[in-house]
Amino acid sequence: MSAGADLATPALLLSAGLFAIGVVGVFLRRNVITVFMCVELMLNAVNLAFIAFSRWRGTLDGQVLVFFVLTVAAAEAAVGLAIIIAAQRNRDTLDVDSFNLLKW
Amino acid sequence: MTLDAILFYVFAAVAVGSALVVVGQRHPTYSAFALIVTLCSLSAVFGLLGSPFIAVLQVVVYAGAIMVLFLFVLMLLSVQREERPARRAWGVKATAIGLGAVLVAQVGSVLASAARGTTAPGFNASTGQVARLLFSPAYLYVFEATSILILAALVGAVALAKRES
Repeated sequence: MSAGADLATPALLLSAGLFAIGVVGVFLRRNVITVFMCVELMLNAVNLAFIAFSRWRGTLDGQVLVFFVLTVAAAEAAVGLAIIIAAQRNRDTLDVDSFNLLKW
Repeated sequence: MTLDAILFYVFAAVAVGSALVVVGQRHPTYSAFALIVTLCSLSAVFGLLGSPFIAVLQVVVYAGAIMVLFLFVLMLLSVQREERPARRAWGVKATAIGLGAVLVAQVGSVLASAARGTTAPGFNASTGQVARLLFSPAYLYVFEATSILILAALVGAVALAKRES
């Protein structure tokens, strides 16, 4: 790979774009599972930023951080989906607006 | 333009396109399949950026384990297509404009600082190098802490999803 092929900058732009799409999804969608998937998309955009900076700086710490983000994302998905199942059982719907039990 | 750059832009376009499908699609199952396409093309992008280990993890953990979990829950709850139109409240619009401004500033700062940086030539993070750093004293305790986190998540997920009799 030649040093001239600098992909770090376009990778960071891609990361920003994917993160923005994820944010739009969180605000736009009503189904709680789709909202959750948009959060996963945002996590992936951050991972891409880590990888791009790791390549840019020539260090490996970004790779290790992505590893930890993946681990936490797996734990988060398991617990989050369990909460969604419990919430659906209580309210019989997946609409985010109907989950207002903790609202003041 | 090198082959790497061409492949990068192809996979980046696929990732953005399928991410737009994830957000635009009203049926969550189609969103989930589009997200799998996004994750797989991002895995290719990771590989092109010189991170083969993370590229493999992305497919195995994300596109494999996590998305199977998502689809499992989608099938379990037999979700329907969203019927009501998307929210268009005033506060949401204001937040969207604010976040859009943040994104523009972010992209601007990336483009402004791009001229200063130069990529380390021939950067390639092999699995052995990443593993050596992961098990070095700098990250070893964090690594052990994540195993406790996984255990807590496992117990928590079972406790939350269990039906009370």
